[in-house]
Amino acid sequence: MKTAVVVFPGSNCDRDVAVAVEEIFGTKPIMLWHRETALPKIDLVILPGGFSYGDYLRSGAMAAQSPIMQAVKAKAAGGLPVLGICNGFQILTEAGLLPGALMRNRGLKFINRVVTTRVETSQSIYTSRYEAGQVVSIPIAHADGCYYADNATLDRLEAQGQVAFRYVDAAGNATEAANPNGSARNIAGLFNETKTVLGYMPHPERVVDPLFGGTDGRPLFESLIGALS
Amino acid sequence: MKAKVHITLKPGVLDPQGTAIGHALGTLGFEGVSGVRQGKFSEFELAETDRERAQAEVRQMCERLLANTVIENYTIDLV
Repeated sequence: MKTAVVVFPGSNCDRDVAVAVEEIFGTKPIMLWHRETALPKIDLVILPGGFSYGDYLRSGAMAAQSPIMQAVKAKAAGGLPVLGICNGFQILTEAGLLPGALMRNRGLKFINRVVTTRVETSQSIYTSRYEAGQVVSIPIAHADGCYYADNATLDRLEAQGQVAFRYVDAAGNATEAANPNGSARNIAGLFNETKTVLGYMPHPERVVDPLFGGTDGRPLFESLIGALS
Repeated sequence: MKAKVHITLKPGVLDPQGTAIGHALGTLGFEGVSGVRQGKFSEFELAETDRERAQAEVRQMCERLLANTVIENYTIDLV
């Protein structure tokens, strides 16, 4: 299984995700600089967390226009799986690969803590090793994580089963108090229509080893091995 | 020609920055301020001399980069 991790100026979770990929997939990912114009033959692209281009203009806005993203968009249209984590999710919405937008957190502050999110479906290449309804503890670290889309879009996303993860309390309820950033309908993770693209605000790559306080992110990567190799 | 672009959040899109600024203005003693909306302003020089073509070009810039039309509106002034 071949994976590429895109590195933008200001990415800072690229190495974390590379370590997780290497440990779980058993192969080192290819690190691709943002100026590259073509993708090698791969099974998965990961857009890592960080502050690409210093979050200038809007988080993810500059990265979405980078040369490598034009290649990623073209391949994603052909069905290549693309996983965007945190800033990667912001880039996916800015690039038009996922609907909606990620805006400043409701409380205006950068939030860095472990949250609980609920897996909405196990019917995807990213979530098959989770149970639907399972509550997983994954850290968030972002200032612009408030998911916004108009109501018609939200209804369509729900109807098409595109909501991948929601912020919930420990019991699995999507309450206002469990919503760290004000995201519409507690959305923490979102699929495209074909469920080949996933954007997820929390950082599953940070919880793949018990030494770092948890392993709830591991099944996401294990699902991908099962589906893609 | 100079282009001046104002980017503002669409009506109905929550603006926590605007709300916080409104509160801060109240704290400073400015009473009667409401509906604060925080936006962005960009200005730049254009080589284009034809107004209509310049307008069309800047509109493209707004649609493709300067504004996120999911959440933002923009207005263009050419001077």
